[in-house]
Amino acid sequence: MEQLPLIAVEKKALTVSEITRQIKLSLEQRFPRVWVQGEISNFKRHTSGHLYFTLKDEGAQISAVMWRSRAEGLLFLPEAGTKVIARGSITVYPPRGNYQLDVEQLTPVGVGELQLAFEKLKRKLAAEGLFDEEHKKPIPEYPETIGIITSETGAALQDIRSVLARRFPAVDVLLMPVRVQGIGAAEEIAQAIVEMNRYGKVDVIIVGRGGGSLEDLWAFNEEVVARAIYGSRIPIISAVGHEIDFSISDFVADLRAPTPSAAAELVVRDRIELLELLRNNCYTMQGSLEEMLSTLRDRVQGLVSSYSFNRPKDLLRESAQRVDELERSLTMKFSHLVQILHHRHLTLRHRLEALSPRNVLRRGYAMVRKEGELVTSAGSLEEGDDATIQFHDGTVETKVQS
Amino acid sequence: MSPAKARKQSFEASLKRLEAIVESLEQSSVSLDDATALYEEGIQLAKECAEKLKAAELKVKKLAKAMDGQFVIEGLKEE
Repeated sequence: MEQLPLIAVEKKALTVSEITRQIKLSLEQRFPRVWVQGEISNFKRHTSGHLYFTLKDEGAQISAVMWRSRAEGLLFLPEAGTKVIARGSITVYPPRGNYQLDVEQLTPVGVGELQLAFEKLKRKLAAEGLFDEEHKKPIPEYPETIGIITSETGAALQDIRSVLARRFPAVDVLLMPVRVQGIGAAEEIAQAIVEMNRYGKVDVIIVGRGGGSLEDLWAFNEEVVARAIYGSRIPIISAVGHEIDFSISDFVADLRAPTPSAAAELVVRDRIELLELLRNNCYTMQGSLEEMLSTLRDRVQGLVSSYSFNRPKDLLRESAQRVDELERSLTMKFSHLVQILHHRHLTLRHRLEALSPRNVLRRGYAMVRKEGELVTSAGSLEEGDDATIQFHDGTVETKVQS
Repeated sequence: MSPAKARKQSFEASLKRLEAIVESLEQSSVSLDDATALYEEGIQLAKECAEKLKAAELKVKKLAKAMDGQFVIEGLKEE
């Protein structure tokens, strides 16, 4: 038989204080932050305002304390029987030799309590002015970088990606992955908002997740998220769940989107619309130039007529007819262009270039200059003036006869 | 103004310039030479904008934090 070593004898005995100190150290280092789910029992509110209670389940119980400063922020009335998740740390109280949960935050589990907490937080933040219109930042019209705070694996990210790819793919998307439900999710979301602001190179942020139960969406009803959204310098679009789900994030955000897909729709303009806008701009520029050239043409025609005063009559008729033809051809070509543009947004530039002023000269118009200055009126020429007529392929020097 | 807007020749800047050009051309006070130059600039801007809109692929990156607190941009795992 082996002989058992006699440790207790060989080692020095610890004092009660010493062993308690070591237990305290090891427990408090091991459990600096825990989430514990259980049912409240033995609930007592001390006159000091501190809350003392026990959390229990079928197999065990743990003492818990919530100090007044933290209990004041509670969004529901804890009572015996309420199921909760408590966030806190394990502390040891040497005078009594017991350990307890030092509760920082208490969240009810169960729809009734959640609804109550929701309404209470909503009223509280509304009273503080967190939802006021005057704090809403405008959403940029043409963001270049869009920050997204959601789960990397969730449906929300996929939805946002596909809408952006369809509507306006010329943007950069920067994802900060977070857990969107469960323990610690709210803190992660809030932290990501702060970090993205610190990073800074983002024009707008979409915060959200796809649909789920009230418990699933709960992180977006937490005060820490609401405060982070409120504190963001960068405009935030909240996109939580489905159309019918309203979250505290929605109220405090600069813009509420009914779903993540809708957030993507709201954050960029549709490129088809934008191409239409570009096309219309080109069309307007074209129109302005056409008008300007038409005025010039009339003046040139006037000059040509007076120049031809002493020429045979048929020459005059000829040039008048030629101008008419040109005008017809211009109108035809232009309406043809409009048709083409209507069907081919993407090639609009090339089509329009065919009608640039140089090419208009090529179609038979000319510009008249006197001493280098463009002549825009027949009245600015007098008999004997030297004038230069510019065609598309060169210039002709001429002298005004009458 | 948000920081990302500082990049030059953003889509927004090009579009705003194009709209300004369209407006000046609509006022008949511009000389033909100026109008020609504006027209050409306008067409160029429209072309640039249209090309940007044609960009086929959306770029998605991940913003992460390194141990030292600095930000790192990472690619996303393709699903």
